[in-house]
Amino acid sequence: MTTPTPPPDPRPKQHAGTQSRVGSTSTAEQSTKDSPAEPSYGFPRGLWRALERHRPPGLGRSRAWRSPLRGPWLTSVFGAVLLVSLPIVIITGLLSYIAYGPQFGQAIPADVGWLRLPGFDWPTGPSWLYRLNQGLHVGLGLVLIPVVLAKLWSVVPKLFAWPPARSIAQVIERLSLLLLVGGILFEIATGLLNTQYDYLFGFSFYTAHYYGGWIFLGAFVVHVAIKLPHMIRALRSRSLRTELRTARADTHPEPADSSDLVATDPAAATVSRRGALAMVGGGAALIAVLTAGQTLGGVTRYAALLLPRGRTPGDGPNGFPINRTATAAAIAPADTGPGWHLTLTGGPRPVLLDREALLAMPQHTAELPIACVEGWSTTQTWTGVRLADLASLAGVPTPGSTHVQSLEQAGAFGQATLQANQTLHPDALLALKVNGTDLSPDHGYPARIIVPALPGVHNTKWVRSLDFRRA
Amino acid sequence: MRIAVSRIKGFYGAHPLHLLALLGCFALAGYAALQTSADPQWPLMLVWFLAAVIGHDLVLFPIYALADRSLTTVLHAIRPTRRTAPLVPAVNYLRVPALAAGLLFLLFFPGIIEQGQDTYLAATGQTQQPYLARWLLITAALFAISAVAYAVRLGRERYRRAPTGSGPTPRPHRANHP
Repeated sequence: MTTPTPPPDPRPKQHAGTQSRVGSTSTAEQSTKDSPAEPSYGFPRGLWRALERHRPPGLGRSRAWRSPLRGPWLTSVFGAVLLVSLPIVIITGLLSYIAYGPQFGQAIPADVGWLRLPGFDWPTGPSWLYRLNQGLHVGLGLVLIPVVLAKLWSVVPKLFAWPPARSIAQVIERLSLLLLVGGILFEIATGLLNTQYDYLFGFSFYTAHYYGGWIFLGAFVVHVAIKLPHMIRALRSRSLRTELRTARADTHPEPADSSDLVATDPAAATVSRRGALAMVGGGAALIAVLTAGQTLGGVTRYAALLLPRGRTPGDGPNGFPINRTATAAAIAPADTGPGWHLTLTGGPRPVLLDREALLAMPQHTAELPIACVEGWSTTQTWTGVRLADLASLAGVPTPGSTHVQSLEQAGAFGQATLQANQTLHPDALLALKVNGTDLSPDHGYPARIIVPALPGVHNTKWVRSLDFRRA
Repeated sequence: MRIAVSRIKGFYGAHPLHLLALLGCFALAGYAALQTSADPQWPLMLVWFLAAVIGHDLVLFPIYALADRSLTTVLHAIRPTRRTAPLVPAVNYLRVPALAAGLLFLLFFPGIIEQGQDTYLAATGQTQQPYLARWLLITAALFAISAVAYAVRLGRERYRRAPTGSGPTPRPHRANHP
């Protein structure tokens, strides 16, 4: 649990640099109210006082909390790291929703009421835009897990503090922490499972992760607003540089304060603050090393030892990660044989093209990454017909959007709608080949879409028809 | 106005803006939760959210805290004599690799215990067969590196103290724990 606001401080205000202790001095601003030693209570005073007196065994400033490292400074260091980094995870997450094309109803969940995001056409350049976005969202999300856990460890005594509150304000604030902690751990759990295709939870990942994200976002913003002054004060109370030079033998607890974080009966330090920070940072670095490869590709992919996308499904031109196999998509070989043809609609009359005809059209080659919402990506050299050429052939040279239909019947991504810029970009292709050879069945033979900066699943495989829609 | 604010503060326990911000936060959360009710699976989502609320503080934390306290207790108990502190405390050389291996398991357990085999196969065309062995090898490597680091540290400490006396001498008693 994270720290609720301490009660309105009955003690002298701690000005930067001064470490005043309980009852040591008295200032004009508070001397008129309670005596310095007694904390102040909100309404109804009697209730909060009675609550404080009836402490259940085991709760309160228990001697069971022994770590000499816990304290406002250490908590604030973790908090500061999360304050800087979590907004990146949140923003890239929301951007990914926009990249899915909510204007076509194909972002999931589709109907989000007032939680609709400002709509804009997702850009097609730079081609690695979605790769960067998801690499940051998933990569940073994973790397921050040790920091989140360390932050939760550092404030865990607060959960068992007694009294749980001295005012209505503290009750409400503690309730908001359920949203904060539940929100971040819910997002981490669903995200982690989704990147590993373990749908243990049994609900729609997209829906849960989107709304869970909003719940966390609200609680996070309010928590920062309430805690920022405390964090700044605590960070100023000790010098990071000094802490990084302090060995275990010289590590002592932070001075006791109103935050309930500092142990009343601390054990001797078995690790310095420097060591604790190194452990958390080391954990984050370890995850970074084991994760970055799935996004960066190349030789670094081999370092992603424990992630699905650290492996490739074989050698050769088609030996790069697959998103959904032809078998799983129930693509029958007969459907992709010589009888296959592409249907172009939207013009005066439908145009039918078989693979021979497509290969006879002007071919264009582009080196483009394909990046998945799960954070992994791979850059390959694709060859095929420009979507713009197909639009002209269909008789709709400047379509407002393009609806792509796959041979795949069942899956959620058997179809996708492309924006105008995604259709007309010179590197937007109906790819027939990859790395100089025909696409393999798993990569979408006989033809697939590849568009710069488009979310991976919208690069439809086993394409059956393209419907060019007027603006 | 000032008096009104200070009255609210006395009653409520914080500045009125505190209340407004928190009410905004609850309203947003409530609205988001309401939106999920369109999904027939919303009760499951709620259960998972509640599990996430207690997931660290009441599940994960007791497990690792107990493990760590057991480790420090055992290390304390197996000292040859009560009076001698170890030349170099071993605790962190066990903690760090155990923590790292535990962290990797926490993040990558679906592959390690081969959970979600069907969806994994559908998405990748592969099985999760290699992950358990890989995780065990990484764990072994982490402990091995830690053991080497400990040996080096111990050797250096011995060497540092050797000229002044014969063999390791008891250190001034600094810590209750190793």
